[in-house]
Amino acid sequence: MATRKCAFVQAINEALFQAMERDPNVIVLGEDVAGGAGQKEDAWGGVMGATKGLIGRFGAQRVIDTPISETGLVGMAVGAATTGLRPVAELMFMDFIGVCLDQLLNQAAKLRYMFGGKAKVPLVVRTMIGAGLRAAAQHSQTLYPMTTAIPGLKTVVPSNPYDAKGLLLAAIADDDPVIFCEPKSLYTMTGEVPEEFYTVPLGKAAVARAGGSVTIVACGKMVETSLAAAKSLAAEGIDAEIIDLRSLSPLDEDSVLASLGKTGYLVVVDEAPPRCGIAADISALAADKGFDLLRGPIRRVTSPHAPVPFSPVLEDAYIPTPARVVEAVHSALES
Amino acid sequence: MELSRERLLDTYRTMRTIRSFEQTLNELSQAGRVPGFLHLYAGEEAVAAGVCATLGADDYVTSTHRGHGHSIAKGVDLNAMMAEIFGKRSGVCKGKGGSMHIADLGKGMLGANGIVGGGIPLAIGAALSAKVRKTGSVAVAFFGDGATNQGAFHESVNIASILKLPVVFVIENNGYGEATPVAYHVNIPDLAARAVSYGIPGVVVEGMDFFDVFDKARAAVERARRGEGPTLMECKTYRYFGHYVGDPLTYRTKEEGEKVRATRDPLDAFEKRVVSSGKVTTSELRAADDQVARAIAEAVKFAEASPAPELADLLTDVYVQYSA
Ligand SMILES: Cc1ncc(C[n+]2csc(CCOP(=O)(O)OP(=O)(O)O)c2C)c(N)n1
Ligand SMILES: [Mg+2]
Repeated sequence: MATRKCAFVQAINEALFQAMERDPNVIVLGEDVAGGAGQKEDAWGGVMGATKGLIGRFGAQRVIDTPISETGLVGMAVGAATTGLRPVAELMFMDFIGVCLDQLLNQAAKLRYMFGGKAKVPLVVRTMIGAGLRAAAQHSQTLYPMTTAIPGLKTVVPSNPYDAKGLLLAAIADDDPVIFCEPKSLYTMTGEVPEEFYTVPLGKAAVARAGGSVTIVACGKMVETSLAAAKSLAAEGIDAEIIDLRSLSPLDEDSVLASLGKTGYLVVVDEAPPRCGIAADISALAADKGFDLLRGPIRRVTSPHAPVPFSPVLEDAYIPTPARVVEAVHSALES
Repeated sequence: MELSRERLLDTYRTMRTIRSFEQTLNELSQAGRVPGFLHLYAGEEAVAAGVCATLGADDYVTSTHRGHGHSIAKGVDLNAMMAEIFGKRSGVCKGKGGSMHIADLGKGMLGANGIVGGGIPLAIGAALSAKVRKTGSVAVAFFGDGATNQGAFHESVNIASILKLPVVFVIENNGYGEATPVAYHVNIPDLAARAVSYGIPGVVVEGMDFFDVFDKARAAVERARRGEGPTLMECKTYRYFGHYVGDPLTYRTKEEGEKVRATRDPLDAFEKRVVSSGKVTTSELRAADDQVARAIAEAVKFAEASPAPELADLLTDVYVQYSA
């Protein structure tokens, strides 16, 4: 496959183009996904340009600017998905999920099961997550633990451009509702991305770095943080293995346990706060199904139990850093 | 013109302060001296100033992501606002909220808001509180044209109408929600018409004219205070800068903005009117300009010189902590 360097946000954009190219039932809708009144060309193409060019190529029938009505737009996508379309709805910031939660929690997530398997809801909700942009408490949250906890929803968090494209294409092809979380601070990250259509399967973790001393489990932006930590750990002879979960639901339990079998030590890094988060969930998995594999205590690195602060000094102290991951690895190995 | 010379000068100072505050932040932000995202209120001064001029210190307002103007008009301290926007400990919210979350409950300013439509239910809550506690206070919800498409707006207006709550809903129709023009996002020419569905008065207001805003807001606030229920005001206005600092403004023409500035500017209109009335002189207004410029320069100096929050602040104001 021909690959070239491409930014995360372009990888998302390319996936949308290719999905729409292949399947006329794929539509994109959201606030300012085109901008400028749904004309022939976009004014914005999304607040960060992720949907740039789509309206010019596919027209206003399939690329729909909606009013600021999250319940309406997400619910409309759920209804359209249940009746033959494959909508990709944009919920600009995941923080706004509060406005439309019913349509995801009680509608999208439940229809297939409640209706005895008769309904299919091939919906993708693309949404930005994460802190670091000085966007304060209502535009910076990492809320994937919430959707991960809801049976009936799939939750995906890419950590790099290659996975962003492949996972999004897989999510669009999937017949269940997928919450596709895009760490906004990774939008400018570049990486090798094939030009062709390809998918990265949902529910499969990746080994982001192979190693034998300790298993670090992470997702999204925290993979980058963990990789930076692994680099300094390597300098002191600690060879970390990093498991990038990629999908939080379905969860690739086997990959986590396999790595734990190799290293015996576990550190989980999560940008969400500590309670009921992914770090807690993976720790429970290890304690439950991997107890015999553990050779030391599990360590968690998370954000604190607090909203995301605005002030740069506070926000920088809020987000888990490579130094904190290194410290946690030391603590896990020393105990 | 029934307003006294002093009140006219006060009003002018409020509008000029908003304008200069926003112009200054635009420059500082572009120079990279302010962190985060800024949504500037310049162009819409007459709305905040006109409505807040009808309110007392015990009345409440809820605001939006574009909240600096409401804060200034409600009397929030400039230094503390500026320091908040700079993320400093001396900020009105200790630097924890930033531009989008400025709040000063003591001044009845119940917060800017990062969620479009998020403040509207809070305003009816404040109105309910005033009604039950019999304080005589009134609440005003400021929000944009875009926010009128949220369920929170319709639910709130309906509840307020059946409970006859002392609240005024103020739509700031600046023509756009982000990059989307109003003519696209609603199917009616006047948003004030939405009042019909709730059986309350809906009033179209020339939002660039302080006096029109003031007169109509006063009627709405008096009605609310008399216990007759809410009013929906639609103030037609315009935002001079982009949706946020850095917005490429690819969805509207330069001419459109220039024309509004040349023909409808709220400060120019106010000046013309008060000077021709003979109550205030041009030189008094220029002196006010100087005074405002000094206050803003002082606020920037204060903000820049203020210390950052301490790391321990990260974990205060949350009711419980779990050790790492
Ligand atoms: C629930 C929610 N949806 C979307 C956004 C993103 N957003 C921020 S401001 C804005 C436009 C608001 O338009 P309007 O209400 O007209 O206010 P204006 O910006 O014009 O003052 C949007 C869509 C948000 N902050 N909250
Ligand atoms: Mg607007």
